[in-house]
Amino acid sequence: MNFAAGIRDGIPICLGYIAVSFTFGIMCKNAGISTWQAVLISASNLTSAGQFAGLSLIASAASYVEMAFTQFIINLRYCLMSCALSQKLDTKSPFFHRFFISYGVTDEIFGVSIGRSGKLSPWYSYGCILVSAFGWVFGTFLGIVSGNVLPARAISALSVALYGMFIAVIVPPARVNKIIAGIVIISMVCSLIFQYAPLLSRISSGFRIIILTILIAGAAAYFFPVKDKEDSNES
Amino acid sequence: MNHNIYIYILVMAGVTYLIRLLPLTLIRKEIKSPFIKSFLYYVPYVTLAVMTFPAILTATANIWSALVGFGVALILAYHRKSLITVSMLACVSVFLVELITGIG
Repeated sequence: MNFAAGIRDGIPICLGYIAVSFTFGIMCKNAGISTWQAVLISASNLTSAGQFAGLSLIASAASYVEMAFTQFIINLRYCLMSCALSQKLDTKSPFFHRFFISYGVTDEIFGVSIGRSGKLSPWYSYGCILVSAFGWVFGTFLGIVSGNVLPARAISALSVALYGMFIAVIVPPARVNKIIAGIVIISMVCSLIFQYAPLLSRISSGFRIIILTILIAGAAAYFFPVKDKEDSNES
Repeated sequence: MNHNIYIYILVMAGVTYLIRLLPLTLIRKEIKSPFIKSFLYYVPYVTLAVMTFPAILTATANIWSALVGFGVALILAYHRKSLITVSMLACVSVFLVELITGIG
């Protein structure tokens, strides 16, 4: 039941991932990485920005320390997501599940997991991770093997799948909770400012997410602390 | 300097996995502090909103198809359509706009 729901919610992630990892595969090919190695990178990392940055570091023969540091900075946002997930997971389910669920903490899987009502079942995560990781690895494979089997129009259309999902997660709660609605709007406006304002636009998107999350969620928590009852009903 | 690609991959995957694993395994109990609880409760809404906008506007072949896709997703999500419906219809609308306008 939970597993099937995870698979269902993983389908849009899978399609969106194919569009992104397809490009990653093509770039791997251009960088002279073998099919097996590209697939291994995607299967073991399961992250977009980190892999693209990692690929350029590999191509430029950067040091291992530089690689570790770059991955740490780019993927630090997952730390915040894991903290939030730790409170969402069912404390009654066995501890070892956390080692597997950790593998699948991506922006998108985190997004749909948070959108679930009540406590999160590990089986939901597994269904979702399975389908999503398949899309991510398969897209990489397609990109590197075929060069260009997907028409540009299809890639363009699929690129919006992941954003559509995020919107489907944040809008319904924003509709019933004015504080969340305010947070969403403020977050988008700040993000827009960070994208185009001088100086601020130099901050990478990974850091932008961390800075804005700490500032905005921190301010919201200070001014509008969540009451226990509200929390359990809402999420 | 001679670098081994498999060590690169191991470093990438190892760092990324640890970032994900440590909070999930170290924070095993329910957090009691009302401030931290509230903070973590609000975290997803900020991260997802920041990741979506304005990035969605440059995700497709041109801004018009992106705006239509964004609008379609907002309207469907507001009417509480399921995740997959919102996501797929946003894709379809982007596809149709680019097909009709011939841009992309």
